[in-house]
Amino acid sequence: MADKDVQLMAHLMRRAGFGVSRETLDELVEKSYNETVDHLLEMIGHPTRLTDNLIRRYHPEYSGMMGNQSAGANWMYRMVSTDAPLREKVGLMWHGIFATGYSKLANGKVLHDQIRMFERHGMGSFENLLIELSKDPAMIVWLDNSENHRGSVNENYGRELLELFSMGVGNYSEHDVKEAARAFTGWTIGNTEYMTLKSARDSVWPYGRLSFHFEYKEDDHDNGEKEFLDHKGNLNGEDIVAIICGQPATAAFLSRHMYSFFVADEPPVPEWPYKPPRDEDAIAALSKVYFESDYNITEMLRFLFKSDFFKSEQARYQRVKSPAELMAGVLRLTEEFDRPKIDMNPTHLQATFMGQWLLNPPSVEGWHWGPEWIDSGALVERVNFASERLGNLDSPGVRTMIDRIATDNPSELTPEGLVEGALDVLSLTDVSEKTQSALIEFAEAQLSEMNRSSDSESKSRQHIANVLRLVGATPEFQRA
Amino acid sequence: MTIAERKPSLVVIQLSGGNDAMNTVVPYTDGIYHDSRKAIHLTDETVIDLNGTLGLNPSMGPMKELWDAGKLAIVNGVGYPRPNRSHFRSMDIWHTAESDHIADSGWLGRTIRELDPDHENVITGINFGRGLPRALHAKGVPVASVGNLETYGLMPDIADQMTRDMAVDVFARMYGPDDTRDAVLQAIGETGMGAYLGADILRSAPANYSSSIEYEADIPIAQALRDISQVLLANLGTRVFYTQHAGYDTHAGELENHAKLWHELSTAVNDFMADLEEHGRGDDAVIMIFSEFGRRIKDNGSGTDHGSGGVTFVIGNPVKGGMYGEYPSLELSEQLEGDMRFNNDFRGIYATVLDQWMGINPQAVLDKNYEQFDMIRR
Repeated sequence: MADKDVQLMAHLMRRAGFGVSRETLDELVEKSYNETVDHLLEMIGHPTRLTDNLIRRYHPEYSGMMGNQSAGANWMYRMVSTDAPLREKVGLMWHGIFATGYSKLANGKVLHDQIRMFERHGMGSFENLLIELSKDPAMIVWLDNSENHRGSVNENYGRELLELFSMGVGNYSEHDVKEAARAFTGWTIGNTEYMTLKSARDSVWPYGRLSFHFEYKEDDHDNGEKEFLDHKGNLNGEDIVAIICGQPATAAFLSRHMYSFFVADEPPVPEWPYKPPRDEDAIAALSKVYFESDYNITEMLRFLFKSDFFKSEQARYQRVKSPAELMAGVLRLTEEFDRPKIDMNPTHLQATFMGQWLLNPPSVEGWHWGPEWIDSGALVERVNFASERLGNLDSPGVRTMIDRIATDNPSELTPEGLVEGALDVLSLTDVSEKTQSALIEFAEAQLSEMNRSSDSESKSRQHIANVLRLVGATPEFQRA
Repeated sequence: MTIAERKPSLVVIQLSGGNDAMNTVVPYTDGIYHDSRKAIHLTDETVIDLNGTLGLNPSMGPMKELWDAGKLAIVNGVGYPRPNRSHFRSMDIWHTAESDHIADSGWLGRTIRELDPDHENVITGINFGRGLPRALHAKGVPVASVGNLETYGLMPDIADQMTRDMAVDVFARMYGPDDTRDAVLQAIGETGMGAYLGADILRSAPANYSSSIEYEADIPIAQALRDISQVLLANLGTRVFYTQHAGYDTHAGELENHAKLWHELSTAVNDFMADLEEHGRGDDAVIMIFSEFGRRIKDNGSGTDHGSGGVTFVIGNPVKGGMYGEYPSLELSEQLEGDMRFNNDFRGIYATVLDQWMGINPQAVLDKNYEQFDMIRR
């Protein structure tokens, strides 16, 4: 992958999506880089992918989201099959920031609905997104806003809205937390008592799960005067969100999240007050776009992808793939799930084994990303998953990759050429010398094995697939 | 690899789904039991009597042998304040030992950190199953997760053994120390070497194992306990073992299903104890068996729905067998929304095992002090 344009395009597609096949990359570089960015953003509005109708037809359990993994498996289908991958990536970003989990809700349907809400509102105005989030039934139950009453305030949502969802610690007072919570009294779910009881009594039986819905209860809302970040008045939830969105702290917080998710891993949020961003200029530039565009997420992303700090070689491979990103990336290349298959159930479970149970983050802080994705148990799962999938000749995408590497005459392959080809199709341009030499040695053994015996064609292709496996097992493949 | 000194080990078995405490340790002399459990009641004649008022499920014969030998401690009425009847939330509470807010590290992860603060042994804690239960998770603490000990390791799907060996060698080379890499890749490299070494160490366990005990074939819990025995007997320095036995969510067909589960589990635990005994290692391990909650006092016509108030077993040669904790009253006025009330906080059992058996200050793991039982011989 020598060509600089190809490398840049591959970088964009790893970040704005889950990576693409080498063939697609060749097509993409025919157009200009900026056009491609615009096209990716444009696609978000009208994605083509496996429809819910189709998924449900083959997997009835996904309709009611009855199993605790159903909503996550459904999402994995969408990540793997969509032609608007940026939409799913942005969904993953919001899911990581506004982390809401099955462990408390015991209801896959409302979590599924929340991710759909991110798809509808996650690319427009951040102010609108925070209002939708405040009305999101899963969020209301997750952070106890259903327990937040006039005269009996529950601060959970008010606090996390400021601390984890918008401004970050150190930018508001305890008094602001209380006043924000008061402003959100009466923002609850319909039929609260029954629904809360229902969520505490999980059941896997049919009809065990009902969708919550938002309800504003005027008579439970505190209409008294409130003081919040230098504003005074009978503030309601919308007012709080509007004030929050006008804060420079919010712009910086959101920009740092976007930078971390799309450009290069920042430390986990709890460390932010103590560690400056990797690139303060980038955060300042993104914050500027935030205000100039009326808090528009699409415009921030457009600016980000076209910026020098994103396109720079310094930003390449500076993100550890989350389990969902790793899996979706591999499965899109192998093309196993071009249609619904029962195998998505066990396949999707592997993200859980790697430490990311989709729709069930460990706490409201979400997952700790970056190097923290990789503990020894998770690494074994990641390596074994990639190895198994990339080594499977039954998958059409694997056969395509091998065809590209081996061209017409496999017997003329050199170990160096084989490794280079395998790195190329798996979108790895830069591996350390140590990795490179180990791979070449392995390729040499596979080639001599292949040439020594008069194996069937499929067996000789397996030797090439084995090199693909090993590239999927490299330390470098863990990053995008 | 030097042979690790023999140190106390803890084996935790999680019964997933909510074990029905009332049909496990049965208050069979209480009329309310029989009135409440019309569809799934166990008769006086079949229950295995323990002390004149309580008896074991008839399927638990092998467990009764451990009771008779004074190795089985039964803690009744176990739970935590404001019981949650969702599997996931309640299991989370047991895993993190934190009932008031959502916590992200597990009590056994914190235990492993206490046992091996410098990460000298990458297999101080092992989960036998896929994916790490939250109980074992703590930031920076390495824990191996072993689906099947025979095939455990890197790239098990490579069928040809020679190719796999070569691939694993190449893996070790790629993950070896390399100071030309940036900090993140170096950290990933270290983790990879930990995984590689852990797998390599564990590979020796089945090879060196022989036993006259025949664990039941094709029964996952029996195979998991056999794997645990193999690792324990190999003296690899593992101190915390974890595994699960699933299927306890007995909303329907409870009599049959529940009996089958407890037959499998009792037999496997009895075999495991005999296996350790045969190798002169019976004094080295304590087993704890728990579930996320108990079930409703009244049955639903074929099974039972989610409830509160559970039962926990602690088993081993070092354990002072017997009944601990009062059995909750079934009187209507004493019930909690149709469930048994808890009268023993589960963290008291954790504290007992940590302090009296593992020799760890329980406050370092549980944050607070909990009342302990006098349960371990010293």
